[in-house]
Amino acid sequence: MITNFPVQFDENGRLRHFLTIQGLSAETLITILDIAHSFIDFGKREIKKIPLMRGKTVVNLFFEPSTRTRTTFEIGAKRLSADVVNMNATRMSTTKGESILDTVKTLEAMHTDMFVVRDHESGSAQLIASHLPDYVRVINAGDGRHEHPTQAMLDMFTIRQQKQDFSKLRIAIVGDILHSRVARSQIHALNILGVREIRVIGPRTLIPTNIETLGVNYVNNMKDGLDNVDVVIMLRIQRERMDGQLIPSEQEYFARYGLTQKTLNFAKSDAIVMHPGPINRGLEISSRVADGSRSVILDQVTNGIAVRMSIMAHLMGG
Amino acid sequence: MDTSINNAIDNLARQVASSTIVNPLLIGIHTGGVWVAELLHQKIGFSEELGTLDISFYRDDFSRVGLNPQVKASFLPVRIEDRNIILIDDVLYTGRTIRAALNEIFSYGRPASVKLGVLIKRTGRELPIQSDFIGMELDLDIHQQAKLYRDNDKLGLSVEEVNISEK
Repeated sequence: MITNFPVQFDENGRLRHFLTIQGLSAETLITILDIAHSFIDFGKREIKKIPLMRGKTVVNLFFEPSTRTRTTFEIGAKRLSADVVNMNATRMSTTKGESILDTVKTLEAMHTDMFVVRDHESGSAQLIASHLPDYVRVINAGDGRHEHPTQAMLDMFTIRQQKQDFSKLRIAIVGDILHSRVARSQIHALNILGVREIRVIGPRTLIPTNIETLGVNYVNNMKDGLDNVDVVIMLRIQRERMDGQLIPSEQEYFARYGLTQKTLNFAKSDAIVMHPGPINRGLEISSRVADGSRSVILDQVTNGIAVRMSIMAHLMGG
Repeated sequence: MDTSINNAIDNLARQVASSTIVNPLLIGIHTGGVWVAELLHQKIGFSEELGTLDISFYRDDFSRVGLNPQVKASFLPVRIEDRNIILIDDVLYTGRTIRAALNEIFSYGRPASVKLGVLIKRTGRELPIQSDFIGMELDLDIHQQAKLYRDNDKLGLSVEEVNISEK
Protein backbone atom coordinates (compact mmCIF):
# COMPACT_ATOMS: atom_id res chain seq x y z
CA MET A 1 0.00 0.00 0.00
CA ILE A 2 2.77 2.39 0.96
CA THR A 3 4.28 2.12 -2.50
CA ASN A 4 1.33 4.09 -3.87
CA PHE A 5 2.55 7.25 -2.20
CA PRO A 6 6.14 6.71 -1.13
CA VAL A 7 6.72 10.45 -0.85
CA GLN A 8 4.46 10.53 2.22
CA PHE A 9 6.88 8.41 4.27
CA ASP A 10 10.57 8.68 5.15
CA GLU A 11 13.02 5.79 4.71
CA ASN A 12 12.02 4.40 8.11
CA GLY A 13 8.35 4.30 7.18
CA ARG A 14 7.53 7.25 9.41
CA LEU A 15 4.89 9.68 8.23
CA ARG A 16 6.65 12.78 6.89
CA HIS A 17 3.91 14.51 4.92
CA PHE A 18 0.15 14.26 5.16
CA LEU A 19 -1.02 14.11 1.55
CA THR A 20 -3.54 11.32 1.30
CA ILE A 21 -5.39 8.89 3.53
CA GLN A 22 -4.68 6.11 1.05
CA GLY A 23 -1.93 3.79 2.22
CA LEU A 24 -2.10 4.83 5.87
CA SER A 25 -2.54 2.12 8.50
CA ALA A 26 -5.42 1.96 10.96
CA GLU A 27 -2.78 2.32 13.67
CA THR A 28 -1.59 5.65 12.24
CA LEU A 29 -5.14 6.99 11.99
CA ILE A 30 -5.92 5.91 15.57
CA THR A 31 -2.71 7.50 16.85
CA ILE A 32 -3.68 10.80 15.22
CA LEU A 33 -7.17 10.59 16.74
CA ASP A 34 -5.76 9.73 20.18
CA ILE A 35 -3.34 12.64 20.18
CA ALA A 36 -6.12 14.93 18.95
CA HIS A 37 -8.21 13.77 21.88
CA SER A 38 -5.60 15.05 24.30
CA PHE A 39 -5.70 18.45 22.57
CA ILE A 40 -9.47 18.81 22.93
CA ASP A 41 -9.56 20.16 26.49
CA PHE A 42 -6.71 22.40 25.65
CA GLY A 43 -8.94 25.04 24.06
CA LYS A 44 -10.56 25.63 27.45
CA ARG A 45 -7.32 26.56 29.18
CA GLU A 46 -6.36 30.02 30.35
CA ILE A 47 -3.31 30.08 28.11
CA LYS A 48 -3.94 28.14 24.92
CA LYS A 49 -0.34 27.57 23.94
CA ILE A 50 2.06 24.69 24.11
CA PRO A 51 5.64 24.82 22.89
CA LEU A 52 5.72 21.81 20.54
CA MET A 53 6.34 23.89 17.41
CA ARG A 54 8.12 26.83 18.97
CA GLY A 55 10.46 28.48 16.49
CA LYS A 56 8.92 26.68 13.49
CA THR A 57 7.44 28.56 10.56
CA VAL A 58 4.24 27.34 8.92
CA VAL A 59 3.08 28.77 5.61
CA ASN A 60 -0.60 28.39 4.75
CA LEU A 61 -0.43 28.38 0.96
CA PHE A 62 -3.96 28.60 -0.37
CA PHE A 63 -4.52 28.87 -4.12
CA GLU A 64 -8.24 28.42 -3.52
CA PRO A 65 -10.44 30.31 -1.08
CA SER A 66 -11.09 28.76 2.30
CA THR A 67 -12.35 30.01 5.63
CA ARG A 68 -12.63 27.19 8.13
CA THR A 69 -9.79 25.00 6.92
CA ARG A 70 -7.32 27.87 6.75
CA THR A 71 -8.48 29.40 10.02
CA THR A 72 -8.38 26.15 11.98
CA PHE A 73 -4.90 25.38 10.61
CA GLU A 74 -3.79 28.85 11.62
CA ILE A 75 -5.27 28.64 15.13
CA GLY A 76 -3.90 25.12 15.57
CA ALA A 77 -0.39 26.07 14.49
CA LYS A 78 -0.41 29.13 16.73
CA ARG A 79 -1.56 27.07 19.72
CA LEU A 80 1.46 24.86 19.05
CA SER A 81 3.56 28.07 19.22
CA ALA A 82 4.53 28.10 15.53
CA ASP A 83 4.83 31.30 13.52
CA VAL A 84 2.20 31.31 10.80
CA VAL A 85 2.16 33.12 7.48
CA ASN A 86 -0.98 33.12 5.35
CA MET A 87 -0.56 33.29 1.60
CA ASN A 88 -3.77 33.60 -0.33
CA ALA A 89 -2.35 33.30 -3.78
CA THR A 90 -4.00 33.03 -7.14
CA ARG A 91 -2.51 31.38 -10.15
CA MET A 92 -3.41 30.69 -13.73
CA SER A 93 -4.38 27.11 -14.27
CA THR A 94 -2.57 27.19 -17.63
CA THR A 95 0.85 27.68 -16.02
CA LYS A 96 0.46 24.28 -14.38
CA GLY A 97 3.07 23.11 -11.94
CA GLU A 98 5.77 25.62 -12.75
CA SER A 99 4.52 28.69 -10.99
CA ILE A 100 3.46 26.77 -7.92
CA LEU A 101 6.93 25.27 -7.54
CA ASP A 102 8.53 28.68 -8.00
CA THR A 103 6.35 30.08 -5.24
CA VAL A 104 7.17 27.18 -2.95
CA LYS A 105 10.91 27.33 -3.61
CA THR A 106 10.90 31.02 -2.80
CA LEU A 107 9.13 30.41 0.48
CA GLU A 108 11.37 27.46 1.24
CA ALA A 109 14.40 29.72 0.80
CA MET A 110 13.00 31.71 3.73
CA HIS A 111 13.37 28.56 5.86
CA THR A 112 9.77 27.48 6.09
CA ASP A 113 9.35 24.27 8.11
CA MET A 114 5.85 23.30 7.02
CA PHE A 115 3.55 24.05 4.11
CA VAL A 116 -0.21 23.67 4.32
CA VAL A 117 -1.35 23.61 0.71
CA ARG A 118 -4.70 23.95 -1.00
CA ASP A 119 -4.97 23.98 -4.76
CA HIS A 120 -7.59 23.36 -7.41
CA GLU A 121 -5.39 20.81 -9.14
CA SER A 122 -5.20 17.21 -7.96
CA GLY A 123 -1.71 16.19 -6.87
CA SER A 124 -0.36 19.68 -6.10
CA ALA A 125 0.58 18.92 -2.50
CA GLN A 126 2.37 15.76 -3.59
CA LEU A 127 4.20 17.65 -6.34
CA ILE A 128 5.37 20.22 -3.80
CA ALA A 129 6.40 17.57 -1.26
CA SER A 130 8.56 15.79 -3.81
CA HIS A 131 10.49 18.99 -4.60
CA LEU A 132 11.39 20.06 -1.07
CA PRO A 133 14.31 19.07 1.17
CA ASP A 134 13.84 16.36 3.82
CA TYR A 135 13.20 18.61 6.78
CA VAL A 136 10.22 20.41 5.25
CA ARG A 137 6.74 18.98 5.89
CA VAL A 138 3.72 19.31 3.62
CA ILE A 139 0.05 18.93 4.54
CA ASN A 140 -2.60 18.62 1.88
CA ALA A 141 -5.50 20.95 2.71
CA GLY A 142 -7.44 19.90 -0.38
CA ASP A 143 -6.15 19.21 -3.89
CA GLY A 144 -8.63 19.37 -6.76
CA ARG A 145 -10.94 16.40 -6.76
CA HIS A 146 -8.30 14.16 -5.22
CA GLU A 147 -8.26 14.31 -1.41
CA HIS A 148 -8.84 16.46 1.66
CA PRO A 149 -7.26 14.18 4.26
CA THR A 150 -7.35 16.46 7.32
CA GLN A 151 -11.08 17.03 6.80
CA ALA A 152 -11.58 13.25 6.73
CA MET A 153 -9.60 12.91 9.96
CA LEU A 154 -11.68 15.49 11.79
CA ASP A 155 -14.79 13.72 10.52
CA MET A 156 -13.46 10.40 11.86
CA PHE A 157 -12.74 12.12 15.16
CA THR A 158 -16.27 13.50 15.33
CA ILE A 159 -17.77 10.10 14.49
CA ARG A 160 -15.66 8.39 17.15
CA GLN A 161 -16.64 11.06 19.68
CA GLN A 162 -20.33 10.30 19.07
CA LYS A 163 -20.35 6.60 18.21
CA GLN A 164 -17.15 5.05 19.64
CA ASP A 165 -16.86 1.73 17.79
CA PHE A 166 -16.35 2.04 14.00
CA SER A 167 -16.92 -1.65 13.29
CA LYS A 168 -20.64 -1.42 14.03
CA LEU A 169 -21.39 1.63 11.90
CA ARG A 170 -23.32 2.13 8.69
CA ILE A 171 -22.44 5.43 7.10
CA ALA A 172 -24.15 7.24 4.23
CA ILE A 173 -22.43 9.95 2.17
CA VAL A 174 -24.93 12.01 0.19
CA GLY A 175 -24.45 14.33 -2.76
CA ASP A 176 -21.80 15.19 -5.29
CA ILE A 177 -19.36 12.33 -4.83
CA LEU A 178 -17.89 12.88 -8.28
CA HIS A 179 -16.35 16.27 -7.54
CA SER A 180 -15.76 15.72 -3.82
CA ARG A 181 -12.24 15.32 -2.46
CA VAL A 182 -13.80 15.19 1.00
CA ALA A 183 -15.84 12.10 0.09
CA ARG A 184 -12.81 10.36 -1.39
CA SER A 185 -10.74 10.87 1.76
CA GLN A 186 -13.65 9.89 3.98
CA ILE A 187 -14.23 6.66 2.07
CA HIS A 188 -10.57 5.67 2.42
CA ALA A 189 -10.51 6.51 6.12
CA LEU A 190 -13.78 4.72 6.91
CA ASN A 191 -12.59 1.61 5.11
CA ILE A 192 -9.23 1.64 6.89
CA LEU A 193 -11.00 2.01 10.24
CA GLY A 194 -13.23 -0.91 9.34
CA VAL A 195 -16.80 0.39 9.36
CA ARG A 196 -19.57 -2.09 8.65
CA GLU A 197 -20.92 -0.40 5.53
CA ILE A 198 -20.45 2.76 3.48
CA ARG A 199 -23.22 3.89 1.15
CA VAL A 200 -23.05 6.72 -1.33
CA ILE A 201 -26.29 8.38 -2.35
CA GLY A 202 -26.90 10.85 -5.16
CA PRO A 203 -27.95 11.23 -8.77
CA ARG A 204 -26.00 8.89 -11.03
CA THR A 205 -24.52 11.92 -12.84
CA LEU A 206 -22.69 12.89 -9.64
CA ILE A 207 -21.35 9.42 -8.80
CA PRO A 208 -18.06 8.22 -10.32
CA THR A 209 -18.37 5.12 -12.47
CA ASN A 210 -17.00 2.02 -10.74
CA ILE A 211 -17.53 3.66 -7.34
CA GLU A 212 -18.01 0.15 -5.92
CA THR A 213 -14.29 -0.52 -6.37
CA LEU A 214 -13.67 1.92 -3.51
CA GLY A 215 -15.56 -0.42 -1.20
CA VAL A 216 -18.91 1.36 -1.07
CA ASN A 217 -22.48 0.59 -2.10
CA TYR A 218 -24.34 2.98 -4.38
CA VAL A 219 -28.00 3.74 -3.69
CA ASN A 220 -29.94 6.15 -5.89
CA ASN A 221 -32.57 7.29 -3.37
CA MET A 222 -32.67 8.58 0.19
CA LYS A 223 -35.28 6.15 1.51
CA ASP A 224 -33.22 3.01 0.85
CA GLY A 225 -29.88 4.75 1.25
CA LEU A 226 -30.51 6.12 4.72
CA ASP A 227 -32.27 3.01 5.99
CA ASN A 228 -30.67 1.97 9.30
CA VAL A 229 -27.61 4.24 9.01
CA ASP A 230 -25.80 5.64 12.06
CA VAL A 231 -24.13 8.59 10.38
CA VAL A 232 -25.37 10.81 7.53
CA ILE A 233 -22.67 12.85 5.83
CA MET A 234 -24.02 15.55 3.53
CA LEU A 235 -21.73 17.05 0.91
CA ARG A 236 -21.83 20.58 -0.39
CA ILE A 237 -23.40 21.01 -3.83
CA GLN A 238 -21.47 23.56 -5.85
CA ARG A 239 -23.95 25.98 -7.35
CA GLU A 240 -21.90 26.10 -10.53
CA ARG A 241 -22.93 22.50 -11.19
CA MET A 242 -26.49 23.72 -11.49
CA ASP A 243 -26.24 24.37 -15.20
CA GLY A 244 -28.76 21.65 -15.93
CA GLN A 245 -26.33 19.05 -17.22
CA LEU A 246 -25.58 17.28 -13.98
CA ILE A 247 -28.52 18.41 -11.87
CA PRO A 248 -31.94 19.29 -13.28
CA SER A 249 -32.79 22.12 -10.88
CA GLU A 250 -32.24 23.17 -7.28
CA GLN A 251 -35.84 22.41 -6.36
CA GLU A 252 -35.76 18.96 -7.84
CA TYR A 253 -32.40 18.18 -6.30
CA PHE A 254 -33.60 19.21 -2.84
CA ALA A 255 -36.80 17.22 -3.25
CA ARG A 256 -34.91 14.05 -4.13
CA TYR A 257 -31.62 14.31 -2.22
CA GLY A 258 -32.01 17.10 0.31
CA LEU A 259 -31.81 16.15 3.98
CA THR A 260 -34.96 17.22 5.80
CA GLN A 261 -36.57 16.15 9.05
CA LYS A 262 -38.65 13.77 6.97
CA THR A 263 -35.80 12.08 5.09
CA LEU A 264 -33.68 11.95 8.26
CA ASN A 265 -36.38 9.72 9.74
CA PHE A 266 -35.26 6.97 7.35
CA ALA A 267 -32.00 6.75 9.32
CA LYS A 268 -31.60 5.32 12.82
CA SER A 269 -33.29 7.39 15.51
CA ASP A 270 -29.91 8.31 16.99
CA ALA A 271 -28.16 8.95 13.67
CA ILE A 272 -25.92 12.01 13.56
CA VAL A 273 -25.75 14.53 10.71
CA MET A 274 -22.46 15.85 9.40
CA HIS A 275 -21.42 18.35 6.75
CA PRO A 276 -17.93 19.63 5.90
CA GLY A 277 -19.31 23.14 5.30
CA PRO A 278 -20.05 25.67 4.14
CA ILE A 279 -23.65 24.51 3.94
CA ASN A 280 -26.19 25.53 1.32
CA ARG A 281 -29.39 25.81 3.32
CA GLY A 282 -32.35 24.58 1.33
CA LEU A 283 -30.20 23.02 -1.37
CA GLU A 284 -28.65 19.92 0.21
CA ILE A 285 -29.91 20.30 3.78
CA SER A 286 -32.78 22.07 5.51
CA SER A 287 -32.04 24.66 8.19
CA ARG A 288 -34.06 22.68 10.68
CA VAL A 289 -31.80 19.66 10.30
CA ALA A 290 -28.57 21.65 10.02
CA ASP A 291 -29.32 23.49 13.28
CA GLY A 292 -31.13 20.56 14.91
CA SER A 293 -30.14 18.38 17.83
CA ARG A 294 -28.70 15.57 15.68
CA SER A 295 -26.40 17.89 13.76
CA VAL A 296 -22.71 17.78 14.77
CA ILE A 297 -21.65 20.28 12.10
CA LEU A 298 -20.25 22.78 14.61
CA ASP A 299 -18.53 20.00 16.58
CA GLN A 300 -16.72 19.21 13.34
CA VAL A 301 -15.37 22.76 13.22
CA THR A 302 -14.23 22.71 16.86
CA ASN A 303 -12.65 19.29 16.45
CA GLY A 304 -10.86 20.52 13.33
CA ILE A 305 -8.45 22.54 15.46
CA ALA A 306 -7.45 19.62 17.72
CA VAL A 307 -7.16 17.19 14.80
CA ARG A 308 -5.02 19.57 12.75
CA MET A 309 -2.81 20.23 15.79
CA SER A 310 -2.40 16.50 16.16
CA ILE A 311 -1.38 16.03 12.52
CA MET A 312 1.06 18.94 12.59
CA ALA A 313 2.61 17.74 15.87
CA HIS A 314 2.78 14.18 14.57
CA LEU A 315 4.70 15.25 11.45
CA MET A 316 6.99 17.60 13.34
CA GLY A 317 8.12 15.34 16.17
CA GLY A 318 10.82 12.70 16.01
CA MET B 1 13.80 -2.71 48.40
CA ASP B 2 10.10 -2.52 49.23
CA THR B 3 10.73 -1.51 52.82
CA SER B 4 13.02 1.30 51.74
CA ILE B 5 10.35 2.58 49.33
CA ASN B 6 7.76 2.42 52.09
CA ASN B 7 10.10 4.29 54.40
CA ALA B 8 10.68 6.86 51.69
CA ILE B 9 6.95 7.37 51.23
CA ASP B 10 6.47 7.75 55.00
CA ASN B 11 9.35 10.21 55.08
CA LEU B 12 7.90 12.25 52.27
CA ALA B 13 4.40 12.18 53.76
CA ARG B 14 5.71 13.33 57.13
CA GLN B 15 7.53 16.28 55.59
CA VAL B 16 4.57 17.35 53.46
CA ALA B 17 2.14 16.98 56.39
CA SER B 18 4.30 19.01 58.74
CA SER B 19 4.95 21.81 56.28
CA THR B 20 3.49 25.20 57.08
CA ILE B 21 2.00 25.70 53.62
CA VAL B 22 -1.51 27.09 53.83
CA ASN B 23 -4.18 25.08 52.02
CA PRO B 24 -1.83 23.37 49.57
CA LEU B 25 -2.96 21.86 46.26
CA LEU B 26 -1.31 18.52 45.52
CA ILE B 27 -0.39 17.81 41.88
CA GLY B 28 1.27 14.59 40.65
CA ILE B 29 3.24 14.25 37.41
CA HIS B 30 2.32 11.29 35.18
CA THR B 31 2.95 8.46 35.63
CA GLY B 32 5.11 7.66 38.67
CA GLY B 33 4.50 11.01 40.31
CA VAL B 34 0.75 10.40 40.24
CA TRP B 35 1.23 7.06 42.04
CA VAL B 36 3.25 8.75 44.77
CA ALA B 37 0.82 11.68 44.99
CA GLU B 38 -2.14 9.28 45.33
CA LEU B 39 -0.47 7.65 48.35
CA LEU B 40 0.31 11.01 49.93
CA HIS B 41 -3.21 12.18 49.25
CA GLN B 42 -4.57 9.15 51.13
CA LYS B 43 -2.10 9.27 54.00
CA ILE B 44 -2.35 12.98 54.66
CA GLY B 45 -6.05 13.37 53.86
CA PHE B 46 -6.39 16.38 51.57
CA SER B 47 -9.95 17.63 51.15
CA GLU B 48 -9.49 18.61 47.50
CA GLU B 49 -9.13 16.17 44.65
CA LEU B 50 -5.62 15.39 43.44
CA GLY B 51 -4.39 17.23 40.34
CA THR B 52 -2.44 15.41 37.65
CA LEU B 53 -0.13 16.67 34.91
CA ASP B 54 1.02 15.00 31.71
CA ILE B 55 3.96 17.05 30.58
CA SER B 56 4.39 15.38 27.16
CA PHE B 57 3.42 18.55 25.29
CA TYR B 58 6.03 20.56 27.19
CA ARG B 59 9.02 18.25 26.88
CA ASP B 60 12.19 19.74 25.45
CA ASP B 61 13.10 16.54 23.58
CA PHE B 62 9.86 16.44 21.53
CA SER B 63 11.57 17.21 18.22
CA ARG B 64 13.90 14.25 18.82
CA VAL B 65 11.53 11.62 20.16
CA GLY B 66 8.09 12.71 18.96
CA LEU B 67 4.80 12.52 20.76
CA ASN B 68 3.66 9.63 22.85
CA PRO B 69 0.18 8.68 21.62
CA GLN B 70 -0.63 7.61 25.19
CA VAL B 71 -0.59 11.21 26.37
CA LYS B 72 -2.93 11.43 29.33
CA ALA B 73 -5.01 14.50 29.85
CA SER B 74 -3.79 16.82 32.54
CA PHE B 75 -6.39 17.37 35.22
CA LEU B 76 -6.48 20.21 37.67
CA PRO B 77 -9.58 20.02 39.91
CA VAL B 78 -9.65 23.72 40.78
CA ARG B 79 -8.29 27.01 39.51
CA ILE B 80 -4.65 27.32 40.45
CA GLU B 81 -4.62 31.12 40.51
CA ASP B 82 -2.99 32.26 43.80
CA ARG B 83 -2.83 28.70 45.15
CA ASN B 84 0.11 27.12 46.97
CA ILE B 85 1.03 24.07 44.94
CA ILE B 86 2.96 21.01 46.01
CA LEU B 87 4.23 19.30 42.89
CA ILE B 88 5.00 15.58 43.30
CA ASP B 89 7.26 13.42 41.14
CA ASP B 90 8.79 9.98 41.61
CA VAL B 91 12.43 10.61 40.68
CA LEU B 92 14.21 13.94 40.49
CA TYR B 93 17.05 13.48 38.02
CA THR B 94 18.01 16.04 35.36
CA GLY B 95 15.30 18.51 36.39
CA ARG B 96 13.90 18.72 32.85
CA THR B 97 10.58 17.10 33.76
CA ILE B 98 10.08 19.65 36.53
CA ARG B 99 10.96 22.49 34.17
CA ALA B 100 8.30 21.21 31.75
CA ALA B 101 5.77 20.77 34.58
CA LEU B 102 6.32 24.35 35.77
CA ASN B 103 5.70 25.61 32.23
CA GLU B 104 2.50 23.61 32.01
CA ILE B 105 1.29 24.82 35.41
CA PHE B 106 1.81 28.40 34.33
CA SER B 107 -0.27 27.82 31.21
CA TYR B 108 -3.21 27.30 33.59
CA GLY B 109 -2.59 30.45 35.57
CA ARG B 110 -0.36 32.06 38.16
CA PRO B 111 0.07 30.10 41.41
CA ALA B 112 1.15 31.87 44.60
CA SER B 113 3.95 29.35 45.14
CA VAL B 114 5.18 25.94 43.98
CA LYS B 115 7.09 23.49 46.16
CA LEU B 116 8.52 20.22 44.91
CA GLY B 117 8.25 16.87 46.65
CA VAL B 118 10.04 13.80 45.26
CA LEU B 119 10.17 10.21 46.39
CA ILE B 120 13.74 9.81 45.19
CA LYS B 121 16.29 12.53 44.79
CA ARG B 122 19.14 11.22 42.70
CA THR B 123 22.33 12.76 41.36
CA GLY B 124 22.57 14.20 37.84
CA ARG B 125 20.87 17.59 37.74
CA GLU B 126 21.20 19.47 34.45
CA LEU B 127 19.09 22.45 35.50
CA PRO B 128 19.05 24.61 38.64
CA ILE B 129 16.05 22.83 40.17
CA GLN B 130 15.81 21.62 43.75
CA SER B 131 13.36 19.56 45.79
CA ASP B 132 11.77 20.79 49.02
CA PHE B 133 10.49 17.45 50.34
CA ILE B 134 12.54 14.28 49.79
CA GLY B 135 11.66 10.64 50.46
CA MET B 136 15.15 9.26 49.99
CA GLU B 137 18.40 10.13 48.26
CA LEU B 138 20.30 7.93 45.83
CA ASP B 139 23.82 8.42 44.60
CA LEU B 140 23.79 7.02 41.05
CA ASP B 141 26.05 7.60 38.07
CA ILE B 142 24.86 8.43 34.56
CA HIS B 143 24.89 4.74 33.56
CA GLN B 144 22.25 3.94 36.12
CA GLN B 145 18.53 4.59 35.86
CA ALA B 146 16.20 4.58 38.84
CA LYS B 147 12.66 3.62 37.91
CA LEU B 148 9.55 3.38 40.03
CA TYR B 149 7.13 0.61 39.11
CA ARG B 150 3.72 -0.38 40.42
CA ASP B 151 2.65 -3.97 40.82
CA ASN B 152 -0.78 -4.69 42.35
CA ASP B 153 -0.87 -1.28 44.02
CA LYS B 154 2.55 -1.85 45.56
CA LEU B 155 5.33 0.50 44.57
CA GLY B 156 8.80 -0.79 43.95
CA LEU B 157 12.11 0.62 42.76
CA SER B 158 14.44 -0.80 40.16
CA VAL B 159 17.91 0.47 39.33
CA GLU B 160 19.13 -0.56 35.90
CA GLU B 161 22.29 -0.08 33.93
CA VAL B 162 21.58 1.89 30.77
CA ASN B 163 23.42 2.74 27.62
CA ILE B 164 23.89 6.51 27.76
CA SER B 165 23.02 7.01 24.09
CA GLU B 166 19.53 5.73 24.90
CA LYS B 167 19.07 8.18 27.74
